[in-house]
Amino acid sequence: MATTHAEPNYMGVFWWLLALTIIEIAVIYMPIAKLIIVILLVGLALTKATLVALYFMHLKFERATLGWIAVTPLLLCLFLILMLSPDIHP
Amino acid sequence: MSEAAVMHVSAEPAETPLTPESWGKLGMWLFLAGDAMSFGGLIVGYGLLRHASANWPVPSAVLGINLTAFMTFLLIVSSVTMVQALSAIKRGDMPGFKKFLWLTILGGAGFLGLQAYEWTHLIGHTLPEAGFSFSTHLFATTFFVLTGFHGMHVTGGVIYNSCVLAACSRGRYGAKHVEIAGLYWHFVDLVWILIFTFVYLI
Repeated sequence: MATTHAEPNYMGVFWWLLALTIIEIAVIYMPIAKLIIVILLVGLALTKATLVALYFMHLKFERATLGWIAVTPLLLCLFLILMLSPDIHP
Repeated sequence: MSEAAVMHVSAEPAETPLTPESWGKLGMWLFLAGDAMSFGGLIVGYGLLRHASANWPVPSAVLGINLTAFMTFLLIVSSVTMVQALSAIKRGDMPGFKKFLWLTILGGAGFLGLQAYEWTHLIGHTLPEAGFSFSTHLFATTFFVLTGFHGMHVTGGVIYNSCVLAACSRGRYGAKHVEIAGLYWHFVDLVWILIFTFVYLI
């Protein structure tokens, strides 16, 4: 039960999450191409999600195999997008 | 009692190679991976339907993001109080643990209250006036299914955390159980970060 790793800097992670959220909200009002806004937002959101998983959920300090279990849902999402996209006709 | 029986009682059952601390942690991770697939399916479905639609509203214009940005802030703060609760119980600081877990529970309950307020306004005024109500547009269906599924997870988390607080107060649960409850709570926060971006901002 005793953990061997040092406790991560939780408040540091909190300030990062807060800053990235404020940047996200600022990004949607920027006068730049919609596609660039979407790419920025997806990148920022995935960064925030990764911070939560690595530090709050301690994934950084776990065995690598547990990390692979954690990313399997992303593979399913990628699969869904690739399989369903041909049926979408905008 | 024979020596073999004593050995059997004191020895831990076979240790999991992935999470040596406890089997429960591995169980929670496997559950969360499956749960993430449900959310992933809903989010991908939302994205593809939106891509296929000719007149999808600009979500930030219809939904408004000020309240939701505050809700996001609230969940992130409640994640921080959750890690503080875990850190307190590991130090054996029970008053600190109780304070931080209470704050986490309050954060979750506050989130639910704000979501109920938001939904009431969206269903009663905003969406019908904008022409995107339930019976007329897929936007409402995908929005309410996605945020509703997440809201139910928050509800579950508030109940789960309350049970953990009660069990720890009576000494039946310890740091190990708080860590597992924390995994669930951070996952709910993580999913909201994605929903806030994909449904409200993009």
